[in-house]
Parts: sequence; C-alpha cells; structure tokens
Amino acid sequence: MTPVLEAHGLVKRYGRVTAMDGADFELSAGEVLAVVGDNGAGKSTLIKALSGAVVPDAGQILVEGKPVRFHGPLDARRYGIETVYQDLALAPALDIATNLFLGRERRRSGPLGALFRRLDAKGMRRDARRVLDELGIDVKSMTQLVETLSGGQRQAVAVARAAAFGSRVVIMDEPTAALGVQESGRVLELIDRIRDRGLPVVLISHNMPHVFEIADRVHVHRLGKRVAVVSPKTHSMNAVVGLLTGALRMGDDGTIEEVGLTTGLGRS
Amino acid sequence: MTTRVSPSEFILRTPAIGPAIALVVAVVVFGLTTDTFFNVDNLSLVVQQSLVIGTLALGQTLVILTAGIDLANAAIAVLSTLLIAKLTINGTDAPIALVVGIVAAALIGAVTGGLVTGLRLPPFIVTLGLLTIVTAASRLYAQGQSFPVTDPTLGWLGTTQYLFGQIEVTYGMAVMLAMFVGLWYALTKTAWGKHVYAVGNDPEAARLSGIHVRRTVLSVYVVAGLCYGIAAWQALGRVPNADPNAFQLGNLDSITAVVIGGTSLFGGRGSVLGTLVGALIVAVLRSGLTQAGIDNLYQDVATGALVIAAVAVDRFSRGRQR
Repeated sequence: MTPVLEAHGLVKRYGRVTAMDGADFELSAGEVLAVVGDNGAGKSTLIKALSGAVVPDAGQILVEGKPVRFHGPLDARRYGIETVYQDLALAPALDIATNLFLGRERRRSGPLGALFRRLDAKGMRRDARRVLDELGIDVKSMTQLVETLSGGQRQAVAVARAAAFGSRVVIMDEPTAALGVQESGRVLELIDRIRDRGLPVVLISHNMPHVFEIADRVHVHRLGKRVAVVSPKTHSMNAVVGLLTGALRMGDDGTIEEVGLTTGLGRS
Repeated sequence: MTTRVSPSEFILRTPAIGPAIALVVAVVVFGLTTDTFFNVDNLSLVVQQSLVIGTLALGQTLVILTAGIDLANAAIAVLSTLLIAKLTINGTDAPIALVVGIVAAALIGAVTGGLVTGLRLPPFIVTLGLLTIVTAASRLYAQGQSFPVTDPTLGWLGTTQYLFGQIEVTYGMAVMLAMFVGLWYALTKTAWGKHVYAVGNDPEAARLSGIHVRRTVLSVYVVAGLCYGIAAWQALGRVPNADPNAFQLGNLDSITAVVIGGTSLFGGRGSVLGTLVGALIVAVLRSGLTQAGIDNLYQDVATGALVIAAVAVDRFSRGRQR
C-alpha cells in the first residue's frame, strides 16, 4: 500500500550546520507514527519540511505516491496536511470558533456575504461545536475566549482545528510537553480518536511513555536522518532510547546490536 | 445562539464597558456641579468638539489594534486640509479637491504601511519620521500662510440642522457615526476584522493560521489614511480655514482617545466603540472643567492622568495572560 506521506533523502543545511542529512520518512494510512530523537537530532526540521514551513535543499516529498513541492504551510494544507505547532498558533484574545476558522473563515451565502463580506458566524460556531463534540472536547461555549481556557483545553482546540481541516495527515509537535498528567491523558485520547476517524497522525514527542502508549510505529531520528523504525509491541523503551542516543544500532536485517561491542571489535 | 458568560469574561470581551461607565459618571457629575453643562447646546458643542480628534482616533484605533502606533495622523490630516484648500483656491472644483485631499491621505497611509510591512520597521519610528516630513511638507506648501475656505462643499460637515427644533446636529456627526458603524462592521463581522485582531494579538500565530499578515497590516494603514483624510474634511467643517499649524497635538490626542477607550497598546484588543467613548470622555472632561472654572493646564493634567490610569487598567486586567 502506498504511504500517505513519504520523504526520501531530505537535506537541509543552515550555513555549515546540516539539520537534515538524507532523511527518509514514511507514514502509512490510519497509523499513529511517533517521531523521536534527541535534542538537535533534526526532527523539527523534518517535521517543518513535511508541513511546508521549511523548504528542503534536496530530496523528495511524496503525498500518496505523487511528488509534491511545498513552498509554505499553505501548500501543505492544500494537500490536507495540518500541523499543530508547539506554541499552538492560536490568537488568545479571540474566541474558540474564530480561532478554529482563523484564516479560512466562511462567509454567508447570498448578497450579504458576497457584497458585504459578512461572516457566517452562526454556522461556524455550529460546526466548531460539532467538531469539538465529536472529539469529546469539553468546553462550555464556542464564544469563550481562548485566553480563558486551560493549557489542555487550548491544546485541544488547536488539535481540533487540525483534525477538522486535515483530510490526509495531522502533524503534532510535542502536544503534551506543556501539560500536566491528566491533561496529557486527554490529549492522548484525542489522538486516539483522530486515528479512529481514519486520519493518520505524526506525533513528535520526547515523552517515551506517551509514545509507547499511543504509537503504532516509532521513527527514530538521529544526526539528521532516520536510523530505525520499530514497533512498540516488539521493542522496549530501552531499545528506542538506545537507538536514539546511538548506543544501539539497527542492522540491515532489523536486528538491534550494541554499537560499543562492534566498534570494540575493530569494525570502524 | 445566546450563551451566558461570566462577569469577568464580559469585561474582557467588552473593553468599552469601563470607559462607557466613566463617560456617564463624568456627564452626570458635570451636570450636577455646573449650571450650564446639561444645556442641550453645550452637549451638542461637546460632540462637535470631539469630531476631528474622534475621526483621527478611529484610524488610530485600527493601527493600534495591529500593535502599531501612528504619530503622523494629525500631520497627514493637516496636509490634506491644505491640499484641499489650496487646490480649491487655485480653481479646482471643490469636490474634486476634496477627493484629492482624502486620496492623498490614504496614499501616505499606504507609504506608512509599506515601510512597516516591507522593510519591517517599527511603526513608531516610521510614523515619527513621517510626522517630521509631512509637517515640513505642509509648511513648505503653505509658505507661512493659512487658507480660508468658503466653498459650501468643504464646509458641509459643519452645517447645522435642528432635530426636534432644538438639538443642534451637524452633518459631521452623521459622517462620524457612519464611519463608526462601517468600521465596527468591518472589524467584527468580516474576516478582515478577525485578521486585524489576530495579527495584533500574535502575528506568528496569524501567519501559521494562513493569514496574509503583511497584506492585512498594509490595508489597515490605508484605511487609517482614509480616516485621516475624512478628519481633514471634518476640520474644515469645524473651522473653515486650512492652517499648517493646526492640530499639532492631534496625534497624541487621538492616542489618548483610543487608550481611554480601552484599546490595548499591545494590540489585538479593543474596539472602535471604545474609541468613540474615549473621544467623548476627553471632550466632556475639557468642557466640564472649563465650565467649572478650572484652568486649561489643569485639564491637561487631568487628561494625562486619565491616559496613565487607562493603560494601567489595561495592563493589570491582563496581568495573568501576559
């Protein structure tokens, strides 16, 4: 089956720093794929390239097998790829419904909308309510200002926006990093529900227990490239940590070996 | 769909409520403490006195909502009055001269917006520079003269009518009201308005949400420029004389009206309703204190204190969010 989103040999250099060094990526339909890596491993750059925020110097991105070129976040959006940024990209002084539709507001039909550009505020509130209800997000009113929400609720609104408009992929950058235990749990449930709706999710996270709780596969990123893809069912948390720190290595046959041992025997 | 909101949230989303209460209190206090304040003619005069600054302040509100500031607005309006007056005196049809003056103000607004968005310069610096340049341009253009206008088109906004035979109203009031309604609609009922708030609130979030940030900011300066052009027309309606030395503190007075009206200098919060109320508060304060026999300079002190108080209230009411 063709992957929903894939990338081959992505390279991105910032001056003398190489943030991506031939990175590969593959997301299958209906899965939650966690992307893990140490600080500075280049996972942010990879994610930005996939969401259109960064244009790679070399390599190829494919959506359902077809090569694409993203010059900005709007390009990726046009392909149904939505991103929940770590700082959420919400306008705190505006209400939930307005934030959900920010940048893609809907106008009323008829002359009121065409001529006077009147927004369909009621319709947008209704749809916002429907999306949030579907995802089981509990907020009182769609006209509540985002700044009056808790951190977890804000996260939920940002996730709901991505889920509402993402038709192919939802990318989430550290969605639980700023949240407490209970709120993190809710966000993980939310990711689960998005997967249930058939939408694949790319989850960037530092939190191994969260990754192992929710992910179907784990993409391990190290020194600007993918070093392994493992399943949480067959591999332990320790193995993943070993891979991302470079203590372990995945061989071509998929077996994991200790780097120290092999180098010690003079292979390098 | 009506939904109940808590009192604190109501205040948060209706920043004009505090200023509106202050306005009512000021009117009542002056009405009770002086014999002349509640006079219908006086109240009408108060509104007329707020028209030019109020119109400038409507444009200023848009700029401040994007977390900018416009120090050149009154200077632009003055240049516009000179342009209109001199063209008319030199034989151009008054309506054409008027349109030229208003379009010129919008063009200067476009230049401001272009510098702010194109070169990413801080609005404070851009408009400070333009304040100096436009003021100098006005003086060069006027060559030490002022220009009285007699054409009825140019003075039309000062034309008075009597409602119910006693309340003196001017067309200028109607124009200001129409502008207010238009801007209120644009800011609250259209996508453009939501984008203006979002850009002022958090430009990066706005960009990531797919809003064309620079285009939005540029459009704000153009619309603000239009407001300043109309303020020029209002000024000619009040005093039919284009004077290069008029409204030297108009920029600060307009910022005062905006800030007293509850619009946040940090951007993204506020309303044109607040600005309207703010402009009225300043006019009421001036009129009331004059009638109470208080010196002009003390009126300045009172206005200044009010500005600081308004910003302090804004700062502390959002203390938790910022």
